[in-house]
Parts: sequence; C-alpha cells; structure tokens
Amino acid sequence: MSEPVLLSLEDVAVDLPTPRGNLRAVDRVDLTIGAGRTLGIVGESGCGKTMLSRSILQLLPKKAKLSGRVIFDGQDLARLDPERLRKLRGKSLAVVFQDPMTSLNPVLTIGTQLIETLQEHLELDGQAARIRSAELLAAVGIPAAEQRLAQYPHQLSGGMRQRVAIAIALSCEPKLLIADEPTTALDVTIQAQILDLLAREQRRRHMAMILITHDLGVVAGRTDEVAVMYAGRVVERAPTPRLFKNMHMPYTEALLAAIPKIDAAPHTPLPAISGRPPDPTRPIPGCSFSPRCHYASSLCHREKPLLGTAESPDHQFACFHPISLAAGIEA
Amino acid sequence: MDAERSAGRAPLLEVQNLVVEYSVGGRTIHAVSGVSLEVERGETLGLVGESGCGKSTLGRAVLQLRRPQSGRVLFDGQDLTAMQGEALRKMRRRVQLIFQDPIASLNPRRRIGDIIAEPLVIAGVKDQKRREQLVHEVLSAVGLDPQLVAGRLPHEFSGGQCQRICIARALVLNPEFIVCDEPVSALDVSIRAQILNLLEDMKARFGLTLLFIAHDLAVVKAVSDRVAVMYLGRLCEVGPSEQLFAHPAHPYTALLIEAIPVPDPDVRPAESVAVGEPPSPMAPPSGCRFRTRCPRADQRCSEEMPELREVGPQQFAACHHPLIGAG
Amino acid sequence: MATLELVIDEDVASGPVTRTRRLGPLFWAAVGWTIFILAAAASAGLLPLPSPTDMDMLERRAAPSVLHWLGTDGLGRDELARLIFGARVSLTVGLCGPVIGLTIGGALGMLSGYFRGRFESLVVGSMDVLLAFPPLILALAVTAYLGQSLLNLTCILGVLGIPAFMRVARAATLTLARREFVIAAQALGATHARILLRELLPNVLLPLLAFFLLGVAVTIVAEGALSFLGLGVPPPISSWGSMIGEGRESLEIAPRLAFMPAIAMFLTVLSFNLIGDTLRALTDPRQGAL
Repeated sequence: MSEPVLLSLEDVAVDLPTPRGNLRAVDRVDLTIGAGRTLGIVGESGCGKTMLSRSILQLLPKKAKLSGRVIFDGQDLARLDPERLRKLRGKSLAVVFQDPMTSLNPVLTIGTQLIETLQEHLELDGQAARIRSAELLAAVGIPAAEQRLAQYPHQLSGGMRQRVAIAIALSCEPKLLIADEPTTALDVTIQAQILDLLAREQRRRHMAMILITHDLGVVAGRTDEVAVMYAGRVVERAPTPRLFKNMHMPYTEALLAAIPKIDAAPHTPLPAISGRPPDPTRPIPGCSFSPRCHYASSLCHREKPLLGTAESPDHQFACFHPISLAAGIEA
Repeated sequence: MDAERSAGRAPLLEVQNLVVEYSVGGRTIHAVSGVSLEVERGETLGLVGESGCGKSTLGRAVLQLRRPQSGRVLFDGQDLTAMQGEALRKMRRRVQLIFQDPIASLNPRRRIGDIIAEPLVIAGVKDQKRREQLVHEVLSAVGLDPQLVAGRLPHEFSGGQCQRICIARALVLNPEFIVCDEPVSALDVSIRAQILNLLEDMKARFGLTLLFIAHDLAVVKAVSDRVAVMYLGRLCEVGPSEQLFAHPAHPYTALLIEAIPVPDPDVRPAESVAVGEPPSPMAPPSGCRFRTRCPRADQRCSEEMPELREVGPQQFAACHHPLIGAG
Repeated sequence: MATLELVIDEDVASGPVTRTRRLGPLFWAAVGWTIFILAAAASAGLLPLPSPTDMDMLERRAAPSVLHWLGTDGLGRDELARLIFGARVSLTVGLCGPVIGLTIGGALGMLSGYFRGRFESLVVGSMDVLLAFPPLILALAVTAYLGQSLLNLTCILGVLGIPAFMRVARAATLTLARREFVIAAQALGATHARILLRELLPNVLLPLLAFFLLGVAVTIVAEGALSFLGLGVPPPISSWGSMIGEGRESLEIAPRLAFMPAIAMFLTVLSFNLIGDTLRALTDPRQGAL
C-alpha cells in the first residue's frame, strides 16, 4: 500500500464478563486502513464487528476489557487520556450508527445538534455555525435545508435522519468515518442513495471509511478491501475483487452461496449453512467454523488456524483447507 | 386475470378492491387503497414493496386482523369480510400467519409444547395424547427434536429456532393458506437460507398456498411463482417471477431491481436513478402515486390514476407509460 | 431436500441459562422476618401468651420480666402478647386490603388496556375521580358512617389502592397487547377471554405481584397511621399503630412502649419492600447486548 496507514489495530481483543463466564467478543484482531481507503467488515450477528468498531472509538461498555493497541494517526487511542480522546472523537474520528432514531437526540432540533458539534470542535460562533449547518444539510441531499434546522428527528423519515446523522459525522471533516450498518434499517432504494452519498463524500474529502455490514452485496461495489469476521476473529481479508473472485475461506464461500441471487430461478434450493453461529461464551477448541464446515477435518476440530497468507501478501485467511489453493497456508 | 380462471378452479384467495385506512392522531393513513389480487391453490404469491407501502397491512387485512374499510376477501369462495365471531374463528384454522419477529411472536412465559398445542386446544382437540402427538410430529417436521424442545421457554432459543417454532405452530392445524409477513428479515444471512428452504419444504409436504410478503426482492423471487409489487397502498405490477424480474414493466419495479446491491465487484452500482423519498401515506400524490419519483412521469400521470392492464403474458402493470407492452 | 438444522446441541440440552440474580443475605433476612411474623401472627391463639387484654393495674409499665417477657404497657397489659396480636391486625389489613386492589384494579387495568376505546376512558376517568378524594377524609367518612371495625378498615384501604393497581396492570397490558404473540393468538382464533387469561395474565401477573408486596408495606403503614390517630381498629384490639399512639404518653418513663411496635412495623414494612423490589428486579428481562 502506498498510502500512509491511518489506523492500525494490533492484537486487539475485547473481553466481557458475563454471568455465563468470560465472553471474548473480539479475539486478537489485526487490521490496517490507509488514508482515503474504504475497508468493509462483513459478518453476522455475534461475530464481534460492532464491538470492534466500539473498541476503535473507545466506547466499550464499562465492564469490557480491551487489550492490544489502537493506533490512529500515530497515537494509541487505548492509552490516550479521556480529554484528548474526546477532542479526537467527532473531529477526526466520526461514526454513523445503524438506527438514526436512537443516535439522534429526539428532544433537540436537528439544527441544535449540528450547531453544537460545530461549535464544540471547530469553535465557530453561532451565526457561522448556522450557515455551515445549512450547507452541510444541503450537501447531504436534504431539500429545504434552512427549514429543516428547526425540525425534530421524529418529523423526518428514516432516510432523512440517516442523512442528518451523516451530516453531523462529516461536519468536522474527519479523517476516518466508521459506518456501522448505516443502511440496514433503510429501504433498498434509500440504501442505494445513502451509500452513494457516503462514497461521494469520501472521495471529495479523501476520507478513510470503515463500512460494517452483514451484506456482502453492499461491500462488493463500494469497498477497496474486505475483512470477513467470524466468532470474534478476522478469518479472511483481501482486496475486494480478489475476495469475491478467489476466496479461500469456506465461510466466505458459504456466506456468498447462501444469499438468494436476483438472477437465480425461483424455487432453486439455497445452499444453507447448517447449524448456528457459535456461542461466544463457549469457545471450542479448534476452528470456530468447523462444526458447520463441509471441508472440516479432525485437524480443524483440534487446532485453531492462524491468519496467514499464500500467494499474495495482501490476501490473508485462517484455514487449514483453503479453497482454490492446493497447499495449506504459510504462516 | 381471467386467464387464470380458465384453469378450471377458482383461486383459493381473492382480494377485491380492498381499502384499509386508519387514523393516527386525527389524520388518516391510507395504508391500502384499492388492491385486488388472486392467489391460486398451491402457488406462492410474493408481495414486495418498501416500508410504508402497506404490504403488512394488506397481509393482516386478508386475515381480518385489521378490518378493511371496504372491499372483499374471498377465501375458498367465502367472504371473510362479512364474517364475525365464531364463524370467523373457525375459518382461521385454515389460514395462518407467520411474523417477522420470531421471538416476539412467542409468549415468553409459556412452554414451547403449550404454545404449539394452543391452536389445537382452540380448535377443540380434547384428547391430550392426540395433541401431544401432533405437536411432536410438527416439531420434527420443522427439524427440531420434540424431546429437547417441548418443555422449554422461548428465551432459550435463537431467532432461527424460534422461527421454526412459529412455523410449527402455523402448521399444526394443517392449514391451507399461510401469510408469511417478512419471515426472514430479522434473521442472520446464514439462517435465512435455512428457513427459506424449510418453508419450501413444508409447502410441498403440507400442500400449502403462500402469500409471501417481504421487502427483499431476491428473497421474494427465490420462493415465489408470481410476484406483486406494491407502492404506497396500490399495486404497481403483477406477474410471473422470472418474467417480472427479467422484463419489468413498471418503472418502480425497475428501480427496485436496480437498487439491489449485487455481490459481484465487477458490477459497478449505478448512480441511483431514485429521486427523493416516498411521499407520506397520509397525503398520497394525486393520480399515479409513484409520479413524484418517476423519470417518465407527465401531466397525464398526475391527473389519472393508472389501473392494472396486461402488458405481457400474464403480466400486468398500472402505468401510463410502462417499460414494455402497449403504451 | 432442505438442509435441516441439527438437533439442538449440547449447550441448550445442558440446561437453560440460569438467571442467577444472586439473592443477597439482605433478601433472605427479609424473607426470614416475614415468615417469622406471619407464623407468629397466625399462631397467636395457640402460643402460651398471657391475654393481650388482661389489665394488671399493679404491674403498669413494668420492665421485662419472666412473667412479661417484654414488660407491660400503661394499663398493665402484656406487651409481647399485644405485639403479636397487633401483628395479626396489621398483617390482616396489610394483606387483605391490597388483595382487593389487586383483583379489582388488576382486572380493570387489563381490560382497559386490552379493549381500549370508550371503556378505557371510563375506567381511567373513574380512577382519577377516586384518586382525587383525599384518602383520610374518605376513611373518616366511612368509619363515621359505618363504624370502626377490622372489616371496614380493610375495605377502605383496599378500595383506595385500586387506582394504583389499575395503572400498573394497564401499563403492562398496553405494552404486551401490541406484541406479536398476542396477534398470533388472535390469528389462531382465540377468544378475547382466552387471550386475556392465557396470554396476557401470565405476563402481567409478575409485575402485579411485585407491586402487591409494595402495596402490603404501604397498607401496613396506612393502617398504623389511622390506628395511631384513633381511627383504625377500635380498642381493646391492639394494633401496632394504636400501641405507638398509647406509648406516646410514656415516652419519658418507658420509651420501649412506643419503640417496640414501631420497630416491629419498621422491620415488617422493610421486609415486604425488599422482597417486592427484588421480585420486580427479577422480572425485568434485561437483554444482554453484544
């Protein structure tokens, strides 16, 4: 990669104590993202992708224990003091969540929420902040921006609210935007608009973006690189075209196969993945996917495969029997 | 629509000009505004549309869980809208419903065995042994071990398992018709495929007719013989699945298809043609309701509400300027 | 052929998730005291106690002795016996009064939350009217008209509790009636009665019971206050409240006469509160987030 590395996660792990025992939500993840690049993180519920995004933002629940390093722009966020961290959040590091109804304050107007952010981080005075807020709303495609400033979140539709949330996130020109399932709660036509908006803004601002989703279709056309997560670990990571064309992980293959395709004929039986996603409070020895994997061998049930590369250094996977690869992994 | 009648048998379900409205805080929401459709015995009709289009309301109205303001629903020739009380309750044994949120669909304080036996009790099956036997049969049919499952509470199960339980409950009375209201939307991707396969299996095994409501086009296409597209309370287009998706006639159908994210990195997502947001169901636009977002809209579209007309073999679209067929 | 899911694997078969809210020692102490006082009150007649109404004018305000374990009161009556018989009164009113609230209020609440519409407006309106009555005035009016007795007292306090139970039941029913499992029952052709009894009641009962225990605590205090003012149970029946009232005169000489019934009431009310709070916390399903 020729771009400078903006964010680097090194050996990040998140442990949560629960009544049923320790829950390893994130299990030693290494990831990097360069300035201006888009990383897609794909996984189902319980795979740890949300906890991972929270650990970047240092917004983990109180009981959670974070280990490893989160290096953003040269600083380790996990070890930064709260005041500097707070200044960083919102300004250089922004977030868009899944449900805009709960991520926006329902009792404050949109204008107030935008202006507050601008005043806090950019130290603009009231008038300048108002003008800038209206500009931002217009930039994210909200018609009649001036009037909208006085409206409350419940007066807008889901798509509009998400645009407002994006406007707030982008207001201070962040270097990195984390979008955690930003379109899952939206209709498919609105989803397309929102994703286009994010892509456009990212190109204009040369902003890095992490797009977290469970939908492989969403990452396919809109990311540079994809990391697939399962049971708290990154199990495959590659530049997007290579992931889809030349995947090595059986899980990735199974996930792709299980999605109904629009050009398939009706009543084609779907190759479903048997079993259920793993219980994070009961880790098993061996590969977490092995109970559901067609290709699993006794080795897979015994030992956990480590993330390694094969023919290309930027394509990593964790499997003893990778698909479309003759030999095993080279760690 | 007459082409279908020539098959000889009347359709199992006939919805005629259904109108469902309800008031919220003094204003009226026009959820369903004059929808007519038919479902033949043994087929799966997919009903697709985005949020606010009224598809869920339509599903509930068909079952008379929400009484329509006008229109009729004929099930096996009998008018459900005219039925009340005991007669309606008896009809309910033949028509069942599966919901979107499987965990919320189960009473958290009752055991699975009781939940599945409930329809039998209501239907008057007095013999407890017989009830147990039927419950066990249907649990096995959906892939759950009755010994392990029957005595437990819903919170002990995952979303996918709960949906299986809900399907079992819907099947225990051997109904003829099931309305599936977004049955897989709340489930993980890898579980969705399991449940869809299960539904197809159960349909074949129990000889069911399905009305499958969803917002995900690919999911709808995977299980449906025919698909109906709804927008803001009206039907836009109805037709056989393959044909509709390969050659959509209504601009909205085309828009929906184009907006689907395709898991293929070579397919560049087209800059969406979709303009703006859907209008509110409290104030639907005059004439064609899609005209505010339609690239083909003109004066006629704002004055005259289009009716469903045949634009292809068995394909009907409500549009003055359809993409295929006579203009 | 569909890929059918495996039968449930071991972690479900091994047993359900045990919701271990560790019930601390405080909870068990509360339970212990409650059982003790209930048992004492129930078996009062059988215990080898001197009569609580026998006056011994020579032994007035006597200190604790072998004859009178907790001493005697201002009229020479045995303190311990009066305390235990007083427990009877407090607990009878305290338990039976809220039962009236629970049954009538709970029923009204569930029905109004389920059927809504005009019935609901009627019920809520009537409850508002009832709440608007100053409770003390109402109690006074009833006792003046119908006379003071254990039954009348229980009924008044019971009726005064109906609006609160109605509110709790209605609130719980409103949230539940919209959940899909209720609509599923309707879709199955269940009658309203069946839905109310088999689907809603089991879910509404637990918060209602937790509230009931809190209601017991409140009613005991209310009865105590009324008896203190002389408006509760008539003498010579002893009640903790009236004992406190009588003990006021002897505060300088024998403060225990006022304090002992006060402590007994305090412990009992506290215990019911603790148990009620714990029950409410237990029934609050907390979803674990990941």
